Amino acid sequence: MIRQDARGGYVFYLPKRDLEDAIVSMEFDTPEKWGGEIKLNNGGSYYIEPQAKPARLPFSLRARRLDAAE
Amino acid sequence: MAALTREETEALIAEVLEVYPEKARKDRAKHLAVNDPTLEQSKKCITSNRKSLPGVMTIRGCAYAGSRGVVWGPIKDMIHISHGPVGCGQYSRGGRRNYYVGTTGVDTFAEINFTSDFQEKDIVFGGDKKLAKLIGEIDTLFPLAKGISVQSECPIGLIGDDIEAVSKKMGAELAKPVVPVRCEGFRGVSQSLGHHIANDAIRDWVLDRRDNAAFESTPYDVAIIGDYNIGGDAWSSRILLEEMGLRVIAQWSGDGTLTEMENTPKAKLNLLHCYRSMNYISRHMEEKYGIPWIEYNFFGPTKIIESLREIAAHFDDKIKEGAERVIARYQPMMDAIIAKYKPRLQGKRVMLYVGGLRPRHIIGAYEDLGMIVVGTGYEFAHGDDYDRTMKEMGDATLLYDDVTGFEFEEFVAKIKPDLVGSGIKEKYIFQKMGIPFRQMHSWDYSGPYHGYDGFAIFARDMDMAISNPVWNKLTPPWLKPKADETIAELKKAA
Ligand code: SF4
Repeated sequence: MIRQDARGGYVFYLPKRDLEDAIVSMEFDTPEKWGGEIKLNNGGSYYIEPQAKPARLPFSLRARRLDAAE
Repeated sequence: MAALTREETEALIAEVLEVYPEKARKDRAKHLAVNDPTLEQSKKCITSNRKSLPGVMTIRGCAYAGSRGVVWGPIKDMIHISHGPVGCGQYSRGGRRNYYVGTTGVDTFAEINFTSDFQEKDIVFGGDKKLAKLIGEIDTLFPLAKGISVQSECPIGLIGDDIEAVSKKMGAELAKPVVPVRCEGFRGVSQSLGHHIANDAIRDWVLDRRDNAAFESTPYDVAIIGDYNIGGDAWSSRILLEEMGLRVIAQWSGDGTLTEMENTPKAKLNLLHCYRSMNYISRHMEEKYGIPWIEYNFFGPTKIIESLREIAAHFDDKIKEGAERVIARYQPMMDAIIAKYKPRLQGKRVMLYVGGLRPRHIIGAYEDLGMIVVGTGYEFAHGDDYDRTMKEMGDATLLYDDVTGFEFEEFVAKIKPDLVGSGIKEKYIFQKMGIPFRQMHSWDYSGPYHGYDGFAIFARDMDMAISNPVWNKLTPPWLKPKADETIAELKKAA
């Protein structure tokens, strides 16, 4: 699930692991194309299929783990 | 004794770990840490939410306890069946002191224990028929119950009963919600997964039941989420919110009702007290209904003031003024309490070991009294809890996750705090060691501790525990002098 925090940044939440972390970079961040590779503050990275930016956040989606920080 | 330095704390951890065999030592070392408030991420220094190490004494509960005891139990107008053998129901006698109003046994049921009392034949032949019959009986005996939840204990999952099918069928028959909860005790590593499962069951079976029903809303509707009304906590919080002009439409779940939960999607803002046990449902409501949520902390005036302002910031000027009015009104009362107790408690050191939110939330209340929290830890926290805790704790203080009986005793023996705050299982060990103790799960049969009124009670209780003259009169059995030793020598050696 991706939500927007009070300061306007994206926050990533992975229910299965109770992982809550700020997203430091997202490959595509425009209204038409949104997603791609995302990097978390903890060093982990995930991939979400690029798609149109959801009309409203928070938004649940499928993310593939590229490199989990552990 | 002054606060420990970073090196001393590290040495203490190493010393305590020494008795373990190598493998256990390696595992436990990851759960003990010296706090560094500059770190953003707890997982660099502490591991949590892992399976407890076999062979040590853990203080954790099971998923069933998390669902039946914590999340569902306090919902007062529903009947919660402890489905399985009778023993697990120990957790379900209202022992957490979730206060409520209502006539027990007529329209409220939080203190009554319902169980399907599984016998051998139910395990062998399955218990679905029994469950259906039981639900029917409950409806006959207690027609005013608004709904029923089926809380699975371990055997239900093992024998593969289909409680969902029974619940659906009986729900339709009785025209009442019958909610199956798959919270078998073996799921997960602690009660924490039980909270999550319980949240998910509410999401799937309760939350959307009134989505299309009419509701007279106001722009100031809020819900209190994750306050279990221990000793009346939710009440002393609620009056503050109402006084500042908000309307509380639901309490989750202390003194809460099924209808309140069904109406929560109509709230404008969800106020989350216990993050650990109810963040799941708050996140869900944010996504599905667009209701923002914020965490707040009603322990001690400093945090209350911060929280009231933060809550008010989500509303218009009327509420903001309301918040200031509330703050101003209670300030003289707080000043008087602090003037009375701070001189008595100044500099006293506290060690905590509790559950969901308290290991970090209460720190501010102690600090308001001039006390210092030198060690804290959670039974069942996850990484995000420690992220939040590390900022609250002082530098080089001790953090312990899922602490074992042995470690906790050793830490306390070495650090010699002036007060330990933990649960009933720890209470008598530390009292026998001659250390003042307060139960911080049940508020030691006192409370409430939330809100301004709660702080007055909190301050009095802490003073009562610490300043009690009995501690000087007590010599623990192992300090009793043998023929040729004096107490002073022994105390020095200890
Ligand atoms: S672990 Fe299983 S058997 Fe034990 S109390 Fe929990 S539900 Fe009951």
